[in-house]
Amino acid sequence: MTTTAVRKDGPAAVTPPPTVGRHARNYISRVRGGDVGALPAVLGLIVLCTVFAVMRPSSFLSAGNFANLFTQGAAVTLIAMGLVFVLLLGEIDLSAGFASGVCAAVLANVVTVLGYPWWVAVLAAIATGLVIGTTLGMLVAKVGIPSFVVTLAGFLAFQGIVLLLVKEGTNISVRDNVLVAIANRNLSPALGWAFAILAVAGYAAVQLLRHRNRVARGLITDPIAVVALRIAGLAVILGTAVYVLNLERSRNVLISSLKGVPIVVPIIAVLLVVWTFVLQRTSYGRHIYAVGGNREAARRAGIGVDRIRISVFMICSSMAAVGGIVAASRANSVDPNTGGSNVLLYAVGAAVIGGTSLFGGKGRVLDAILGGAVVAVIENGMGLMGYSAGVKYVVTGVVLLLAASVDALSRRRAAATGTR
Amino acid sequence: MSATPLLELRGIDKSFGPVQVLRDVALTVHPGEVTALVGDNGAGKSTLVKCISGIYPTDAGEVLFNGEQVHIGSPRDAAALGIEVVYQDLALCDNLDIVQNMFLGREKHSGIVLDEPTMEQLAAETLAGLSIRTVTSLRQHVSSLSGGQRQTVAIAKAVLWNSKLVILDEPTAALGVAQTAQVLELVRRLADNGLAVVLISHNMNDVFAVSDRIAALYLGQMVAQVKTTDITHAQVVELITAGRSGGLGLATDPGGNGDGPQAADSISGGVR
Repeated sequence: MTTTAVRKDGPAAVTPPPTVGRHARNYISRVRGGDVGALPAVLGLIVLCTVFAVMRPSSFLSAGNFANLFTQGAAVTLIAMGLVFVLLLGEIDLSAGFASGVCAAVLANVVTVLGYPWWVAVLAAIATGLVIGTTLGMLVAKVGIPSFVVTLAGFLAFQGIVLLLVKEGTNISVRDNVLVAIANRNLSPALGWAFAILAVAGYAAVQLLRHRNRVARGLITDPIAVVALRIAGLAVILGTAVYVLNLERSRNVLISSLKGVPIVVPIIAVLLVVWTFVLQRTSYGRHIYAVGGNREAARRAGIGVDRIRISVFMICSSMAAVGGIVAASRANSVDPNTGGSNVLLYAVGAAVIGGTSLFGGKGRVLDAILGGAVVAVIENGMGLMGYSAGVKYVVTGVVLLLAASVDALSRRRAAATGTR
Repeated sequence: MSATPLLELRGIDKSFGPVQVLRDVALTVHPGEVTALVGDNGAGKSTLVKCISGIYPTDAGEVLFNGEQVHIGSPRDAAALGIEVVYQDLALCDNLDIVQNMFLGREKHSGIVLDEPTMEQLAAETLAGLSIRTVTSLRQHVSSLSGGQRQTVAIAKAVLWNSKLVILDEPTAALGVAQTAQVLELVRRLADNGLAVVLISHNMNDVFAVSDRIAALYLGQMVAQVKTTDITHAQVVELITAGRSGGLGLATDPGGNGDGPQAADSISGGVR
């Protein structure tokens, strides 16, 4: 009751001007109040990287391994990005893994067996994802079957469809140059820098424009120093990443040169920007959060709840299709296990580790990428340390459990303190 | 008070199958006034509100809005006329902030992008216009607000849309003493700002604290609509429980049990 954001006139007269110190204090009190956001994922990532860097300094910290991390984690991360939308509604899509397998099998069939150009195959794969998503969404929203059951049925059925599409256990190779390049080739160093500069400049422009707009209208803003820090932070992260990725990774430079940002990185980055824009800056995104937070309130506000529920399954399965394309590209082929085994569980794990709530209403697309990075680092680092697959699974499971506990505990904390 | 009522209902009938819930109900609501709608559980208050807000179609009767006959076939029609309902369970999304909740389903855009600054300004103006000073930040999540503050946001949301008639369904049912006073003050301010307000309440203290008129429903019939100053606490309780009180209400006692005053405890603070 002491400070108030509601002013009759003279904006910003009542509220104290924002300072960096106040901003930091607000952030700390939010974290203490249970609004941890992506903090656990970031801390986990730092801890894991430090541990692996100390244990295996030469192999884990090499530029080659850094590039590997991206291509290893890309498919799971892309599927997780789509899953975030479904999780935001408090639903689940267990079929996303094998949906990506089905789409990859369609891609391989169209490009290799039928001999169409790569872009036809990509479109066919994504269209397959859309059809799968629409079907799942209709069954959940219109028929009213719980998403757990619908997608569990999908999980079983799609596994069968992959088998049928790849003719019972053989595999279909993918040799198209463009498709293979997605997960196996790199941007030229110059293009990598251009891409990083474009990203930082775009981010800076958006942030500064928003800041200026809000100041001009007399609304409360983050202090300009914080905005500058954010931009600088992004510049440092991207700059370092591009610098390391542009180092020569080839064992023998005379035979072949291997350097540059893997092509899959800009693909993920563009999808991140697009989906973040959709979630944060459009009414469609706002409505997704609303339906996830309180479905009845959303319905009374005139939001087409069924439409939203169907659409998130469509997004999820199409992103699974993109993940399937990347997986097919990385393996140069599609076999009955594409999108199978633990792909789905890693994807759900990635979204949850990143901070997306399984209870709905909370999460960002960026969470999927941070969580995907954690999963990829565990997989990669444990492999370098020579642990068996069994140990890797156990550790990944423990990390997922930790992430889910952080989610549940922070919710309890948020309910107790009333901040979120 | 003004000459033409904002909303006038005449001879509203509503049945659900064999059960007649509303029988020949008449109601007038004037701008700048708080009309309290009282009645025991099952008297038909909620049904009447749902008929006004377009959720239920009526079987018979006419609705006049601003003196003109209108047909309210859906909640959209009601919203177009400027009728907003604040529900008992508030219908706010906990994971969204105050501004996002106030504009939910009716966001402002520039192009396809949400126009956050404009929404924030409009929300601030609306809250300021209602002299609401209890929220620290408009960008607070609703989950961090107290019951009274949530009610305030829900009411402000209803007022945002140039609404002419605001219907409040038991706005103080779940609130403490201080918060109830805050919300009642806000209800009064809505009417003082020229809106017509219909307040459904079980709490006689609330009704007498803010209302200008009291409309009492008894078993689906409107038994009385009188000025608050012309009626006593006990009379209202009798109207609610027995359908008549002295010269007011039904001509004959249809139910037969006139245990009015004793029933007062069960109705104040009870559930709908």
